[in-house]
Amino acid sequence: MADVTLNAATGKSLSIEEQRLSAINSFRFADRTFHNITFAAALFVLILLGSIIVSLIVGALPAIEKFGFGFLYSERWSVNKEIFGALSPIYGTVMTSLIAMLIAVPVSLGIAIFLTELCPMPLRRPIGIAIELLAGIPSIIYGIWGFFTLTPIFGQTLLTASLILAIMVLPFVTAISRDVFLTVPQVLREAAFGVGCMTWEVARSIVLPYTRVGVVGGVMLGLGRALGETMAVTFVIGNAHTIAGSIFEPATTISATIANEFQESDGIYRAALLELGLLLFVITFIVLAVARIMLLRLERKAGA
Amino acid sequence: MRSYQARRLTDQIMRGLCWASALFGLLWLALILITLFWNGFAGLNLNVFTQDTPGPNTDGGGLRNAIVGSLIMTGLGVGIGTPIGILAGTYMAEYGRYSRITFYIRFVNDILLSAPSIVIGLFIYAALITEGVEHRIVGYSAIAGALALAVIVIPVVVRTTEDMLLLVPNSLREAASAMGLPRSHVVMKVAYKAARAGLITGVLLGVARASGETAPLLFTVQSNQFFSLDLTQQMANLPVVINNFAGKGYANWQQLAWTGALIITLAVLTLSITARSLTAQRKQQ
Amino acid sequence: MFLRSLSGAAIFIASVVGANAADISGAGATFPFPLYAKWAETYKKDTGNGLNYQAIGSGGGIKAIQAKTVTFGASDIPQTAEIQAKSGLVQWPMVMGGIVAVVNIDGVKSGDLVIDGQTLADIYLGKITSWDDAALKKLNPDAKLPSAPIKVVHRADGSGTSFNFTNYLDKVSPEWHDKVGASQSPEWPIGVGAKGNDGVSGTVGQTKGAIGYVEYAYAKQQKLIYTDMVNKDGKKVEPTVAAFQSAASNAKWSEANGYYEVLTDEPGAESWPLTAATFILMYKEPVDKAASAEALKFFDWAFASGGKIAEDLDYIPMPAAVVTQIKATWASQIKTK
Repeated sequence: MADVTLNAATGKSLSIEEQRLSAINSFRFADRTFHNITFAAALFVLILLGSIIVSLIVGALPAIEKFGFGFLYSERWSVNKEIFGALSPIYGTVMTSLIAMLIAVPVSLGIAIFLTELCPMPLRRPIGIAIELLAGIPSIIYGIWGFFTLTPIFGQTLLTASLILAIMVLPFVTAISRDVFLTVPQVLREAAFGVGCMTWEVARSIVLPYTRVGVVGGVMLGLGRALGETMAVTFVIGNAHTIAGSIFEPATTISATIANEFQESDGIYRAALLELGLLLFVITFIVLAVARIMLLRLERKAGA
Repeated sequence: MRSYQARRLTDQIMRGLCWASALFGLLWLALILITLFWNGFAGLNLNVFTQDTPGPNTDGGGLRNAIVGSLIMTGLGVGIGTPIGILAGTYMAEYGRYSRITFYIRFVNDILLSAPSIVIGLFIYAALITEGVEHRIVGYSAIAGALALAVIVIPVVVRTTEDMLLLVPNSLREAASAMGLPRSHVVMKVAYKAARAGLITGVLLGVARASGETAPLLFTVQSNQFFSLDLTQQMANLPVVINNFAGKGYANWQQLAWTGALIITLAVLTLSITARSLTAQRKQQ
Repeated sequence: MFLRSLSGAAIFIASVVGANAADISGAGATFPFPLYAKWAETYKKDTGNGLNYQAIGSGGGIKAIQAKTVTFGASDIPQTAEIQAKSGLVQWPMVMGGIVAVVNIDGVKSGDLVIDGQTLADIYLGKITSWDDAALKKLNPDAKLPSAPIKVVHRADGSGTSFNFTNYLDKVSPEWHDKVGASQSPEWPIGVGAKGNDGVSGTVGQTKGAIGYVEYAYAKQQKLIYTDMVNKDGKKVEPTVAAFQSAASNAKWSEANGYYEVLTDEPGAESWPLTAATFILMYKEPVDKAASAEALKFFDWAFASGGKIAEDLDYIPMPAAVVTQIKATWASQIKTK
């Protein structure tokens, strides 16, 4: 640190006040700069989101102009004639996610209730940790596992993809639900037990209503994850641009379509894929935004 | 009011179902892990780390180029994303804690955190690689892949940095200010030090997330059959190699896919466990 | 602007730091991939130069070379001379091979079944849905066909193999011609889509009752059950090098404009109906002349020394006269200086 005890110009000794002022001044620029850098970094996050949206729109523009709103409800996907319609990927995305949630949510809630009410105490932490660790396993692992283990039995169909998604989303929703259940004040539970409620009745009448918003938020976060999932689905869904009547037929999702067809696309084809990407982003954005708002409300209620 | 018997029955059935769900859920997950470990270990030998990816049906071969490539790209991605993430989290926790803009940034950050990673890959492709050669900044390359991973890492680090810095008691900050430290020093010398374990946790979680992502790398770097350290060219990496090798009927490729999957899973699990133990230590302090 | 200069600086540093052997980059067809991979390995042993070939399908290869992200593109879909001229590309055939129909039925071995173009088209149209259908029984009176549903497998990506396959179906089945036509990415009426020849072979290998179409080397390497076929002359043929050769001999390379030739459904008693050539695409005025020169060295080596390797994998090397013609094309059209 520079010597601030002497005045640079006159060589006379500085008073304590002057020394202090001098020290502070020498910090000022660095201090301001640090503040500005952190602010810039924070703004960067906003800019990042904006850039993603803008670049997707710009990339998708040719297709948006060519197909307009028809893109959303046309099933035809012809690479040769350059006519594209998003209906079958949208259908696949929505159906696989819905079925996955239908399977996963009850099981997740069951596990969460198990962890908070029924599990023997020494096992609670290990199982809880195990669930959280599993939530972090990369999705490609689920994908190849599904390809090698499930497709020989079930074939490459909508249902198989839904199963894989369900297994993938399970730890995620379980971890959130468990965290949310733990925010219920113990007094409420004890009061319920005190008036003679049984475990299930406590769960159903106290825990679930109290955490309803948070649970829904967690479910929607899981849904957001399922909607956007690529690698777990591409191996097992069968890549068929048709809307078959049954779930036992091959199908496709938005992300699987993009992942499979991107490399060889160009021009309008690529723009159509980018438009699919934009659609996916918009859908997940809405779902995630709603989920976050709900979770925020629960956090506020729990006094976080 | 229903009879005691009826209530008891419902209670037992529902409790049974909860036990069943726990077993069911854990069973599937255990099944996946067991299959993964079983198949992955079968191919785990020294060659995996010393030899490069083989052609189809060629004997031998390993994952050296993929492992090195993943290390490089993840390292770069984390190296680029972490400073930005920490700085942004710092702003949100230290300077702009109660401001409206922080609320929006947090919201946007959470969206980015959960956004489909395929969108991130498309974004980097559209921004850097693009269709037209004239606008292209760089082709499919390790640097593009690293940038995509950086975008994946940033929201993770922002989130944990902000959370961890918020946990530092204000009394520490006030004491430091009272002694005359400028704001930046309060942050750097006091808050960072206090939250150090948590910040490292954030970085570790970012690394864990980045090392498993496939979709962003598919559109930005793809892979390379050979060993390469050139950042402006395609570089092999574990996730894309697994993606390319699985599902194709070659036995040696499928084996390498399993082994690669095992390596990634072990890396992610180790990082997550380390991160958790760091925060646990912190809580005990 | 700032981003560009920053990334420019980063890239400069990166390329200085990066080690760089003379690696040739190419992308495209999975049809010749087993061969190209073998060639690349041998070439690397001989010369130390590597070939980074991404087998992403012919469609992907064409896009990659159009986008100039690779030195050469590989595609089984021949481009017409007009398109070549318009895009500044040069095309030449590298090697030829055969496509076979592969099935996964218990108790059936390679060569047990015979299938013809019309039946194949009907299966892929969804008109024949069960293995014990009358049409199949008629062709195979002695075979034990189960009454199981046929699980159709096709390519999900833009594929030269698909192009040649549908080209054949287009020629032999009027209904296919009307409904679907020949294309690298046809609108498949039914079936599961897999990526790459190896994806199709992987899926067929895993799915009981499946049928798919793959390049012959894949069927052999992965021990899939392939069928014989009935050719244009009405004769039953097995997929052998001789059968591919017989079909390939019909090609008039010297007259083909820009080497545009499709070899499906060729006449000849021994000819295999699903024969195809696979092509390489390079720019007349490449962006990276040094890389293009390296690539041409590789192809030169492949023509000179790669023939045995090709035949071992049941591909047909180009005839010597055509190779001479091709080299003349390189010399006159591709600027590597």
